[in-house]
Amino acid sequence: MTEGLKVIDARNSFCPGPLMELIKEIRQEQVGAVMEVWSSDAGSAKDIPEWIRRAGHELLASVAEDGIFKIRVKKLR
Amino acid sequence: MPNIVILGGGVGGTIVANQVARQMRNELKNGDLSITVITESAQHVYQPMFLYMAFDQVVPADAKKPERELLDRRINLVVGAAERIDAAGNAVWMADGTRIAYDYLVIATGSRPDPEQVPGLTDGGYHFYTEEAALRLRQALHDFQGGRIVVTVGVPHKCPVAPLEFVLMVDDWAKARGIREKTEVVYTYPIGRVHSIATVAEWVEPILDGRGIETHIFFNPETVDPQAQTITSLEGETLRYDLLVAVPPHTGQAVIGRSGLGDSGGWLATDRASLRLQGSDNVFVLGDATNLPISKAGSTAHFEADVVASNLVNLLRGGLGSVRYDGKVFCFIETGLKKATFITFDYANPPTPVEATEMIHLYKLAYNRLYWLTPAGLL
Ligand SMILES: Cc1cc2nc3c(=O)[nH]c(=O)nc-3n(C[C@H](O)[C@H](O)[C@H](O)COP(=O)(O)OP(=O)(O)OC[C@H]3O[C@@H](n4cnc5c(N)ncnc54)[C@H](O)[C@@H]3O)c2cc1C
Repeated sequence: MTEGLKVIDARNSFCPGPLMELIKEIRQEQVGAVMEVWSSDAGSAKDIPEWIRRAGHELLASVAEDGIFKIRVKKLR
Repeated sequence: MPNIVILGGGVGGTIVANQVARQMRNELKNGDLSITVITESAQHVYQPMFLYMAFDQVVPADAKKPERELLDRRINLVVGAAERIDAAGNAVWMADGTRIAYDYLVIATGSRPDPEQVPGLTDGGYHFYTEEAALRLRQALHDFQGGRIVVTVGVPHKCPVAPLEFVLMVDDWAKARGIREKTEVVYTYPIGRVHSIATVAEWVEPILDGRGIETHIFFNPETVDPQAQTITSLEGETLRYDLLVAVPPHTGQAVIGRSGLGDSGGWLATDRASLRLQGSDNVFVLGDATNLPISKAGSTAHFEADVVASNLVNLLRGGLGSVRYDGKVFCFIETGLKKATFITFDYANPPTPVEATEMIHLYKLAYNRLYWLTPAGLL
């Protein structure tokens, strides 16, 4: 695991769900922080990158491993 | 004699205290166990009433009862603010300097709406997440003669259905007052659909559409300009308003930060099944105070309290305390002033709303009056 990487384990979260968990974490982290959100919902692989783009952060990676979607993001602003 | 200390006399903390007291009646009576609840206010507050208070359907007295009356009489009640939790020393320090030692601690301090996180929001907006705020909004709605009502949602927030309920209720309310034609209702949401739960979003989208409620997705409030009466999202969209109803982003309580226990938002790292504070054997966390990716709701606190109470009783009787929380949540959803639906889900099963009916709405209103049986551990 990358050093300083914060994992947001939002597997099996129906409400508030993975994207809301990411928004919460990103708001409370410093600019430059890197975090990875884990989701068991296939929709996250589309929704989360779209929000990252709209919010002006950087999408570093988006992979699926054993049905878990792992999306890595860097806070830019 | 083991000491159980419960920090927070809201819904979660009060249920744990009463359930352990009931199940260990004899030990309490014989002085072989002590249970202490520490809470800031002598009054227990039933927060869902704030939504109805904004529409002048109930008054503050309907939402409060003395905590002492709700607790089993053998439970000690300390009314005061906790300054710091000394997890290494197994004690809670009070603001007045008193030290309260524990063998087991339950942290149930809830969450706090924090409008200051969004510049301009305190001056430019209203909300209904505290009693004072609900009363201010009640006056603003009372004075409202038509215009553009914009509802926004901060992240994170407790009761994820309340913003939607408010928007559906305000639509009915404007119709009932005969000002709906002169009123625009605008509902915004932080993510790419109108509610966090996909099935709820699919169910409510046509309802919002049919009622002429304008929706904006991917809208995370960043700044408010109270003079220009505009709110701008971090995604770069600006909306004009006459009345802004903005659910504020929430944080954990300050005592968590002062104790060096939470993350930067004041949320406590909690094991999603055992509900123990991560890295601790004798501290449990429940309700809004956890960092778990589930709804911050009274029902969540209630189901978690059942698990924590069972584990405490089991541990005190020599067990291992291995009852697990399955992520269960139950929420009513008001769909206006006359109908409601409900959802229930857990870590494994997603929610599916049923058709809204008048019966479910009447049940919710009845529950609002029966609520007091919940902290008492009876319902
Ligand atoms: C408008 C509104 C509508 C809602 N509607 C619903 C609904 O329909 N259904 C639902 O399930 N939930 C609803 N909720 C959410 C629900 O009220 C909360 O999720 C629930 O109260 C959380 O319970 P808790 O025990 O974690 O914390 P709380 O009930 O908030 O209790 C926290 C306690 O900790 C005490 N405390 C905090 N800090 C200290 C300190 N330093 N020292 C001493 N004591 C301290 C407080 O005084 C309080 O007694 C609603 C909330 C609001 C605001």
